[in-house]
Amino acid sequence: MAPTPNEAQNLTIIEAINLALHAEMARDPSVLVLGEDIGKNGGVFRATVGLLDRFGEDRVVDTPLAETLVAAMAIGLSTQGFKPVAEIQFSGFLYPCVDQVVNHATRLRNRTRGRLSCPLVIRAPNWGGIHAPEHHSESLETTFAHMPGLRVVCPSNPARAYGLLLAAIRDPDPVIFLEPTRCYRLFKQPVEDHGEALPLDTCFVEREGTDLTLVSWGAMMHDTRLAADRLAEEGIGAEVIDVATLKPLDMDTILASVAKTGRCVIVQESPRAGGWASEIAANLAEHGLLSLFAPVMRVSGYDTVMPLARSERVYIPDVDRILKEVRKVFEIAPKS
Amino acid sequence: MNPELSATRKVASFDVFYTQILDPEGHLVGTPPAFAQDADELRAMYRLMVITRAFDKKAVALQRTGSLGTYAACLGQEAIGVAMGFALRAEDVLIPAYREYAAQFKRGVPMENILLYWGGDERGMRYPAGTPAAHDFPLSVPIGTHIPHAIGVAYAFKLKKENRVALVSFGDGATSKGDFYEAVSSAKVWNLPIVFLVSNNQWAISMPRARQTGAQTIAQKAFAGGMPGEQVDGNDVLATRLVLERALERARQGGGPSLIEAITYRLHDHTTADDARRYRSEAEVQAAWARCPIKRYKAWLEASGHWSAADEERLQAEAAAAAEAAARNYLNTPPEPPGAIFDHVYASLPKALEWQRAEVIARGPIGGEH
Repeated sequence: MAPTPNEAQNLTIIEAINLALHAEMARDPSVLVLGEDIGKNGGVFRATVGLLDRFGEDRVVDTPLAETLVAAMAIGLSTQGFKPVAEIQFSGFLYPCVDQVVNHATRLRNRTRGRLSCPLVIRAPNWGGIHAPEHHSESLETTFAHMPGLRVVCPSNPARAYGLLLAAIRDPDPVIFLEPTRCYRLFKQPVEDHGEALPLDTCFVEREGTDLTLVSWGAMMHDTRLAADRLAEEGIGAEVIDVATLKPLDMDTILASVAKTGRCVIVQESPRAGGWASEIAANLAEHGLLSLFAPVMRVSGYDTVMPLARSERVYIPDVDRILKEVRKVFEIAPKS
Repeated sequence: MNPELSATRKVASFDVFYTQILDPEGHLVGTPPAFAQDADELRAMYRLMVITRAFDKKAVALQRTGSLGTYAACLGQEAIGVAMGFALRAEDVLIPAYREYAAQFKRGVPMENILLYWGGDERGMRYPAGTPAAHDFPLSVPIGTHIPHAIGVAYAFKLKKENRVALVSFGDGATSKGDFYEAVSSAKVWNLPIVFLVSNNQWAISMPRARQTGAQTIAQKAFAGGMPGEQVDGNDVLATRLVLERALERARQGGGPSLIEAITYRLHDHTTADDARRYRSEAEVQAAWARCPIKRYKAWLEASGHWSAADEERLQAEAAAAAEAAARNYLNTPPEPPGAIFDHVYASLPKALEWQRAEVIARGPIGGEH
């Protein structure tokens, strides 16, 4: 169903994504969506509901069950003037796309010195917490964030899901768009269908504070916000930063915040070693050390295989684990 | 599968056909195609084969003398590239692997561009604007991963109602890969205008064709995707062009995708970094030389009165001069300034990378050579 523009609606993240797809397909005839079960079925999470009826099967392409094909087809389409938005049903099934994305999507522009390019988006639900079978709860952001030529974007609320998806589709380079599965229907927010993109390559300071900087992205933003609420009750003002675009990374915003607070805890769901928190922490060590009153602490998943449903809460960081690291920081550097 | 059981019946059967017009001695064994009535066209095809071989020889020589990086020769496979170049229309899109130089030359890629790429300079794949090659894909080094790009390209043609075809070419080894199967399996779903062209040169580095697949032919892999598949003598330029033109025309007319297995032989090592003596016999290679695509085509052209010894002498000199000129242009092309490695990673340089580019520029030239 086509929503009425310019009327703020209370939407979940999944509804905001659907709204952005409707809006951009209506605005730009070169945008098309492709993937498995995205047509009649509207996508396994219903992100593409209503698109087939509104835009037809030429632009809403149900593909055979072949993830390499989905990524490769998006590459082919993007070289011919289309803006493909591909859906992979769960980020754990992005692995067959890695070869296509890394060896071709991110390189065609460079390999041809600008003669060809790949303006495409690959969307996938990312992270755990929905009691799904194995491979449906993975954290893939760092896998892609390491790769040059790519943008990795992780929205954390409905308004950002809408605005960042528009930005991703309009971007002239390939974008991996990782959506927080367990937050898809967790809360609503007024989202206006104004067609305006949010900036990429920019962190969002969504709450200001002077005592501590909390940095996160994607699904973990929810727990990070709750942790900031708890700290506020204790009189600790946490500045909360949603990284949003992991690659390229906007360190300026994070460094400016840490210059103000002198304390930083970074929250990620992915395994600890070599995660994006490590990249942020390394940058803080290089460029922000003299602002810091205490070591930068990381809250993360463990270096284990993502557990199945019964144990996923053992793995996924929560408010208590975030607060535990925050306490360590304030033990070393008490609030004066 | 006992046919006597009334419960079991045949539901499908497939035949693989093989086309050859010129035998290895250059004798006509099939009807010449219509394009063979144009003697100028026949000579132009021969010229491109000879020029491509001269280029190939020069490229190997440049590598052997330390002036070129690893190079993948097309020796013995020139007829396929020539057939591709002549069968394609300007508006079609070529999605090649990396031994189809003749097709690229025909579509407007200067020889020095190929040398630049193998010589370590991305500018080689920036084909000149205004040529048919300008919208073609660059060489693709990873085996077979470019095959499913044709699905997206051809889907775009279909959506825009453009009368164009995507020609994607690759080797026998690539048909062992999943990318190949995903593309072949899906192309007919949308009845896309694609021609899959397999240059079966019998060797994927050290692995012979028989060790790639137990399938009797590679052509039959098309049937699994619901499309026609056929074989052609890939060392017979007349047959290869004929079969390719038929397939392209079928695709152009809405007949959908098809696959051609062009049977050829890789006379050179896999690349200049390879030594094929480790895994195949000299006798086998010598036997393959008897099926050389240039030898047979020249014999037929001469017998048909289209080619003379004087023509040959002129062409050989011209081909050598063209290869020399390309080598000179390549060697005289100064490397890009160091900061250029940042220029096309993104459409515009993200802020996060600005300091890295500044560092490289401040560091200045680092004494690189070709």
